[in-house]
Amino acid sequence: MKTVEHRPAEAVGIRPVTAPPPAHGRGRRRLARQGRAYAFLVGGLVCFALFSWYPAIRAVVIAFQKYTPGSSPEWVGTANFTRVFKDPEFADAWRNTFTFTVLALLIGFAVPFVLALVLNELRHAKAFFRIVVYLPVMIPPVVSALLWKWFYDPGTGLANEALRLLHLPTSNWSNGADTALVSLVIVATWANMGGTVLIYLAALQSIPGELYEAAELDGASLLQRVRHVTIPQTRFVILMLMLLQIIATMQVFTEPFVITGGGPENSTVTVLYLIYKYAFLYNDFGGACALSVMLLLLLGLFSAVYLRLTRSDGEDA
Amino acid sequence: MSGTRTLVSPATLARPRGRAVYWTVFTGVVLLFALAFLFPVYWMVTGAMKSPDEVARTPPTLVPEDWRTDGYTDAWDLMDLPVHLWNTVVQAAGAWLFQLVLCTAAAYALSKLRPAFGKVILGGILATLMVPAQALVVPKYLTVADLGLLNDPLAIWLPAVANAFNLYLLKRFFDQIPKDVLEAAEMDGAGKLRILWSIVLPMSRPVLGVVSIFALVAVWQDFLWPLMVFSDTDKQPISVALVQLSQNLPLTVLIAAMVIASIPMVALFLVFQRHIIAGISAGSTKG
Repeated sequence: MKTVEHRPAEAVGIRPVTAPPPAHGRGRRRLARQGRAYAFLVGGLVCFALFSWYPAIRAVVIAFQKYTPGSSPEWVGTANFTRVFKDPEFADAWRNTFTFTVLALLIGFAVPFVLALVLNELRHAKAFFRIVVYLPVMIPPVVSALLWKWFYDPGTGLANEALRLLHLPTSNWSNGADTALVSLVIVATWANMGGTVLIYLAALQSIPGELYEAAELDGASLLQRVRHVTIPQTRFVILMLMLLQIIATMQVFTEPFVITGGGPENSTVTVLYLIYKYAFLYNDFGGACALSVMLLLLLGLFSAVYLRLTRSDGEDA
Repeated sequence: MSGTRTLVSPATLARPRGRAVYWTVFTGVVLLFALAFLFPVYWMVTGAMKSPDEVARTPPTLVPEDWRTDGYTDAWDLMDLPVHLWNTVVQAAGAWLFQLVLCTAAAYALSKLRPAFGKVILGGILATLMVPAQALVVPKYLTVADLGLLNDPLAIWLPAVANAFNLYLLKRFFDQIPKDVLEAAEMDGAGKLRILWSIVLPMSRPVLGVVSIFALVAVWQDFLWPLMVFSDTDKQPISVALVQLSQNLPLTVLIAAMVIASIPMVALFLVFQRHIIAGISAGSTKG
């Protein structure tokens, strides 16, 4: 790549038609080349500046301001943070978000992994399974949420109907303070599992068959093979998907907003939901940005770990 | 595929007992998938065809008594579905076009044109991957408001371009295009735009397809961002309109609207499923 730059005479020689007079040629040509490069770059650059870089800086600035759209902002020090800390919903939102993340990790990790493990052994209808498991991912999240809200309906809902059919006691599902969060985790898992299953499947297919063969010759049982061959071989992908899932579920919004509205008794208010409330219900943009900065720092940490792992391990794996 | 060895050895499967276990598990998985993933969809599609009485009945009917279509037609009229579907199409198509043009141009510049500070810019773009998009919605909203873009499709289109993932995907693909090919074209007197259009882009069809699908699906599925920027009911995409109107609608009409809202993406998936599934699977092995 560098060779052309170091041998401008050759580069000029290649294009005699556009070659400028040799005296100022080099500088002007370089300037023209940069101009062209930036002409291609500028549109994307402006969008990143306006909608990614600037908002990140602005979140930090507004977190220390009293900000009302239309009037000039005032510096208020850490008042936004202390106000947000004192809000009883603050602790609820973080607790719910963490519980949601942990539950989603337990259910959302175990179920897709086992499913992928089983699917990888099936030799028939492979395409069918892949399409069907991914189908819910293509249904708009709002529709999934509304669909499950209907399933969870205490009167006409399918969920309680299924329990009655099995002669089990009915549940309040998303309408009960202690079952609401789990109910939402089920929805999120159902809706998002497809992608995870497909990625696990791809990882499973990359395991060399000889490893299983060798393990079997050593007398390893099925479960031992899973433990000593499958899991170590897919460890990297498992770790990646876990981190990605943490990052995604910490930002959960649609399910609680559509299905429970944060209730009952704040049992499903999440951090992102609280940010939304501060901005659009309380008109308190300073508080919303203070919360955003906290979420940003925490998730940024997870993202940094994720990117580190994908970069270093990905290359030599 | 049948040749590769997996967890269970082909020898075990060939034995009568192995075969019996295999077919039992196979049937179990088929039933599980049908129940877990297909049945909810069936329930939604048929629920919209029941009468308002029937849909509220317990125990519910498995098959609608008479297959009515007025749920669908009512949804179409009562919810202004043509307006909201059109809004969604405009928003998704615009976001796709903006992303394709501006991200491709920027990725091409970063990959092949060696702009000054190119490394710094790429670093800045990749750094946004660490910043989860949803955590920044409020300051992003304020910026869009300051620019006067609220209730304007540009509020969807322009932020969509700031997609580091797609841009990086494109750049990585362009990086693999051999330099000699481009230099040969340059010798023939082709300009940078000409090279991008007639050499780079035709060679990049697979990655352009993946980016296009990601771009379309992302806009169609998004909820929080359009909820914030479109307060005007007439401008709202289908996802926002569904939630806003869900309280005041008869159940059958709401369900019908949900089905209609799902059709475009499900159809897109069924048509391109091979590419989509391959794309997702490839993402993992690349690491």
